[in-house]
Amino acid sequence: MADNNEIKISVKNLKKYYGDLQVLNDINIDVNKGEVVVIIGPSGSGKSTFLRCLNRLETATDGTIIIDGIDITSRHTNINKVRENIGMVFQHFNLFNNLNIIDNLTLAPTQLKKCSKEEAAAKARKMLAKVGLEDKAASYPSQLSGGQKQRVAIARALCMEPGIMLFDEPTSALDPEMVGEVLQVMKDLAADGMTMVIVTHEMGFAREVADRVIFIDGGYIVEEGTPQEVLLNPKETRTIDFLNKVL
Amino acid sequence: MVKIITVYGLLLLQAMGRTLLLALLGLFFACFIGLIFGMMGVVKNRVANIISQIFVDAIRGVPMIVLAFFVYFGVPYFFNTIIGGFSVSLSALSAGTICLALNCGAYMAEIIRAGIQSVDIGQMEAARSLGLTYGMAMRKVVLPQAIRTMIPTFINQFIITLKDTSILSVIGFPELVNTAKNVQANTFMSFQTWAIVGIMYLIVITILSRSAKVIERRLSVGR
Repeated sequence: MADNNEIKISVKNLKKYYGDLQVLNDINIDVNKGEVVVIIGPSGSGKSTFLRCLNRLETATDGTIIIDGIDITSRHTNINKVRENIGMVFQHFNLFNNLNIIDNLTLAPTQLKKCSKEEAAAKARKMLAKVGLEDKAASYPSQLSGGQKQRVAIARALCMEPGIMLFDEPTSALDPEMVGEVLQVMKDLAADGMTMVIVTHEMGFAREVADRVIFIDGGYIVEEGTPQEVLLNPKETRTIDFLNKVL
Repeated sequence: MVKIITVYGLLLLQAMGRTLLLALLGLFFACFIGLIFGMMGVVKNRVANIISQIFVDAIRGVPMIVLAFFVYFGVPYFFNTIIGGFSVSLSALSAGTICLALNCGAYMAEIIRAGIQSVDIGQMEAARSLGLTYGMAMRKVVLPQAIRTMIPTFINQFIITLKDTSILSVIGFPELVNTAKNVQANTFMSFQTWAIVGIMYLIVITILSRSAKVIERRLSVGR
C-alpha cells in the first residue's frame, strides 16, 4: 500500500452529465501518494470520463476534485499549472506528429520555461533511456511501432516530472506482442513510487501492480478493494458477471 | 497577332503586372482576414463562432461584382451623400484590394477552419494535458499540422483569386482585362487580343499550379 498517507487526489460527490445522460453518479475516491489505483469496468461505464475529469479534460457537472490540495473544479484555479503536475497517457498515444521524438519530449518543458533547452534535451534523453528508446530521438512518430509510441508518450509525460500519472487504456490500441513492453514501463514506474490511476482491461497487470482496484459500472463505483478482494473474490453480481466475461 | 504583340505587348505585360500586384495585395490581407475569422470559427466561444459564420455566409452569398460596385460606389455614396459631410473616395486599387481581401478571406477562413478541425482532437488534448495553454498548443502542435493539409487548397484559392481580379475591370482598375478592352477598341482585332490575354493568364496560372504540385509532393515526403 501507500508509503504514507498524503492524499494526492480527493474526489467528492463527482457527477457528470452529457445533457440529460448521467455518466458519473456520485463518485468518491481518495488516492494516496504512491498508490496505484486500477479502474476496470465495461465500455461506456464512465471510467475514461472519470479519468479525464481528474485533469479537467472533461469538466465535472457537480462535486469537487482536489489535486494536491487544489480544487480543480473551481473556476479560479489555473488548470494549466495543475496539469503540469499530472501526466496523462492516452489510448491512441497522441504523439505530436509534426515533431520528432526529442522535440515531443522537450516541447512542454521548454514552452513552460521549466528549464533551458539543453537541460530539457538532457532530461528527454534520460527519459528515453528509461523507456529503452534512446536511439529513436531523431525519429518521427510515424516511424515508430505502437508499443514504441506509447513508451515515448510515457516518457513525454515524465519529462514534466509529474507527481501523478493517469493512464487511459494505454494498451488497448496495441498489437498483443507490444502490450508487454508498455506494461513493463508502467510496472517500473509503480515500483519507483509514482502515484498512478490506470484505466485498463489488463487484469493480470491489475492483479500484479494495483494497490487498489475499483470496478465502475453505469457511472457508479460498484466495488472497490485490493486486487485480491475485487478480482479474485468479488462480492457484487455485476462485478462477477464482468470478470467472467473478460477473464 | 504580331502587330498586337509588337505594339501593345509591353502595355499588356504591364497590365499583367498590375493584375499580379492586385492579386498579391488582396491575398496578403485575405490571409489575415482568413486567419482571424478561421480561428473565430474554431475557438470554444459561441459568439465568435456565429460572427465567423455570418461573415463567411455573407461574403460567399454575394457575387464579387456586386461587392465591387458596393465598395467602390456604394460606400463613398453612403458617407458623402446619405450621411453627408464626408468626402470619402477610394482609388480603384484600394477598392479592388478590399474586395479581393474580403472575398478570398472568407474562403480562406473556411479553409483554415476545416484544416484545424481535420487535426485529431487528441493532439490538442495531449498538449493541454502537459500544461500548455490553448494558444501554445495551437501554435506549436495543431497549426503546423493543419497548414500541411491546407497548403494545396490555399494555392488553389490563390489561383481563383488571381482570376477574380478580372472582375475588378468593372470599377476601372487598369488590370489585364481592362487594358485588353482598350487594345481591342483601338485595333478592332478582338480574336487576337483575347487569345493573347487568355494565353497570358494560362501561362501564369499553369506556373502557379505546377509549383503547387511540387510543394504538395515535398510536403507529403515526411508523412
